[in-house]
Amino acid sequence: MSAFERFLESFFNPKLMLRYWPDIAQGMLVTVEIALAVLASGLALGLGLALARSYRIAPVSAAIVVFVDVFRALPPLVLILIIYFGLPSVGVNLSAFAVLWLVLSLVLAAFAEEAIWAGILSVRRGQWDAARSTGLGFGQALIHVVLPQAVRLAIPPLTNRTIAITKNTALGTVIGVGEVINQAQTAVSFSGNATPLMMAAVGYLAIFAPVVALGAFIEKRFAWRRA
Amino acid sequence: MEALAHQFFNLDIMRQAWPIILQGFGMTLLLCLAVIPLGLAGGLLVATASLSKSRALRWTVKGFNDVFRALPPLVVLILLYSGLPFAGIRLSPFAAVCLAFLLNNSSFYGEIYRAGIESVGRGQWEAARSTGLSAPHTFAYVILPQAVRNVIPDLVSNTVEVVKLTSIASVVSFTELLYAADMARSVTFNTSPIVLAALIYLVILWPVVRLMSRLEHRVAA
Repeated sequence: MSAFERFLESFFNPKLMLRYWPDIAQGMLVTVEIALAVLASGLALGLGLALARSYRIAPVSAAIVVFVDVFRALPPLVLILIIYFGLPSVGVNLSAFAVLWLVLSLVLAAFAEEAIWAGILSVRRGQWDAARSTGLGFGQALIHVVLPQAVRLAIPPLTNRTIAITKNTALGTVIGVGEVINQAQTAVSFSGNATPLMMAAVGYLAIFAPVVALGAFIEKRFAWRRA
Repeated sequence: MEALAHQFFNLDIMRQAWPIILQGFGMTLLLCLAVIPLGLAGGLLVATASLSKSRALRWTVKGFNDVFRALPPLVVLILLYSGLPFAGIRLSPFAAVCLAFLLNNSSFYGEIYRAGIESVGRGQWEAARSTGLSAPHTFAYVILPQAVRNVIPDLVSNTVEVVKLTSIASVVSFTELLYAADMARSVTFNTSPIVLAALIYLVILWPVVRLMSRLEHRVAA
């Protein structure tokens, strides 16, 4: 067998591809599920926190700043291990899937709050004054006038960060969440062959290459400075 | 409440774990000293290549960027560490981490440099060339210093992400901060060592995060 054939045999073995593609596909499904769940809850929570901070109630704002700083400064893997191994011994049992979802949601919420809050701050004072002078209450001015502009300003800086955080779903393999790389690692240890790893790489590219392209499009579409 | 304190903030266990965690922290610093300069240099190479006149080179760089922006860094690391031995190349954990970070970070730092280079006005090129500077000299002495200055906040914020990312080296048994803390956890059946590691990350990174958010708000305001 030539070196090239040996290479194909260990990295692109068709028999193993056939045997393991259902596992890899299953892992892709799990990855997409967590990524979507994190996206929805993380962005919603970040938005909620930014809105709460707009009321400028000192203790609330201080608590939000501490939360945001901590979740921006700590590596997500550290948080995952603390929650996964710590909570059961104080009586809270979460599945590995739930821990991964919770941690990544909180991390995304922290970055989203930061970006949306910066957006709210950068909406000109005159927009507030004009909205209030038409008889809108503070909350109405915030939701209907300021927030739409703030979110638009927040989208470009937030896009790349959001993609990076959804890619962190791969960290779930450390606590045994059956996403793509976890399925592949199991398959490698059973088959003694690197083919499942190559399949996992292709799986991630299939999921995230379109996401990255979409992100670039969104960034360009919303690259809009305030008037 | 007591159970919580015992499980997460056990001072006795933290004291016992301190020496090994400190050692791990030293390894994390060492790793940062290796991967940050590698990423900064690789990124410069990528950015320069993406501005090249050669179409083949530009497309190669684009393909490289697309692949490494789509693959999670942990996946790149696992591919190198567990995949390469099948091709007869066995990397040490340190080498695997350095290579994975070089590939991943070059594309991210590269994108930042590129934005910086594009932010420098065309007139700077023309003025520099007209004084008789060659193209490489113009790039190195006129364009690059201004480009880097324009994107310093992004470079800093990406570097914070790189420092946080070194924690994934624990997955391939490189004995950095998180690996040391997790080892202590598995011996003591207590989460406090990881909380201690988290505090160390916080002490190092929190001032930078605070500074960045002040900078961002200043720009926004």
